[in-house]
Amino acid sequence: MKERTNEEWLSELRGSERDRTIGDLRAVIVRGLKTTFVGRVRGLNETAEDFAQDALIRVLNNLDSFRGESRFTTWAQKIAVRVAYTELRRRRWRDVSLQEVIERHEGGGREPTVLEDRASSPERETARKTMVETLQRFINEELTERQREAMIAVMFEGIPLEEAARRMETNRNALYKLLHDARRKLKKRIEAEGLSPAEVLEAIGEG
Amino acid sequence: MMLNSEDLDKLAQALELTREGELACDGCFEELDRFVEMELAGLDAAAGLPLVRDHLDKCGDCREEYQALLGALRAEQGWMPIRLIWARLRRFLLSERSPG
Repeated sequence: MKERTNEEWLSELRGSERDRTIGDLRAVIVRGLKTTFVGRVRGLNETAEDFAQDALIRVLNNLDSFRGESRFTTWAQKIAVRVAYTELRRRRWRDVSLQEVIERHEGGGREPTVLEDRASSPERETARKTMVETLQRFINEELTERQREAMIAVMFEGIPLEEAARRMETNRNALYKLLHDARRKLKKRIEAEGLSPAEVLEAIGEG
Repeated sequence: MMLNSEDLDKLAQALELTREGELACDGCFEELDRFVEMELAGLDAAAGLPLVRDHLDKCGDCREEYQALLGALRAEQGWMPIRLIWARLRRFLLSERSPG
């Protein structure tokens, strides 16, 4: 494959004879995706080709947003990875219902307080229980319902941010900000009560 | 909201890492190609783009994509020298076949 500067990539992809350049870019993207999929995705070749096509469309539609701060092929591969992993997550999580996950977290026999198998003194257990109850109160008082649901889904149940966002009819960026706001509010409340997150961690930690 | 011990550990650790000015996913994505190239060049990308590093420590989705991109580019670096070696070998073999 011909070696190109960023400027050459851009000018050829915008030019009238861009088919060969598109082919070369597709090859770069497919090669990159295959590398990342090894051991992770079945039907590797077919899947990488499909994703490469979607990625190419996005790259070609967004050439004006390339800022030239990296190699063009790095920027294009970044877009390809985003396209591919978004779809892989969607497939992997498609049968998971957010509502069921939250209801299971809230209701299904989860022990909200200390674990009996942790060896610790009665005093430490009391301190721990108090901290747990305090944190739960802060969460109920400081956070919105939406923030609590997001916290359960993403932070505690491990649903990918993008998948939780899809189910909450928002986008990943907005959901990250929602969770960041939740963390900030809890941290401020803890500090307003004269504690620090490190002290909270210490209090709920091993005895 | 009912929390168990595992939830609390996760929450407390997340709160300890919480900063006022964090980058969200779009901001991280914007800089990710630059961040990864810095790492591949052996530079201190975390020092150069600390907000990106911070976001990658906190966001599983972005971290997964960062690792995939890094892997793809590292493989590309490994692939290139083999292609150049083959090109040189081919030139050598062609020159051997047509002496004078």
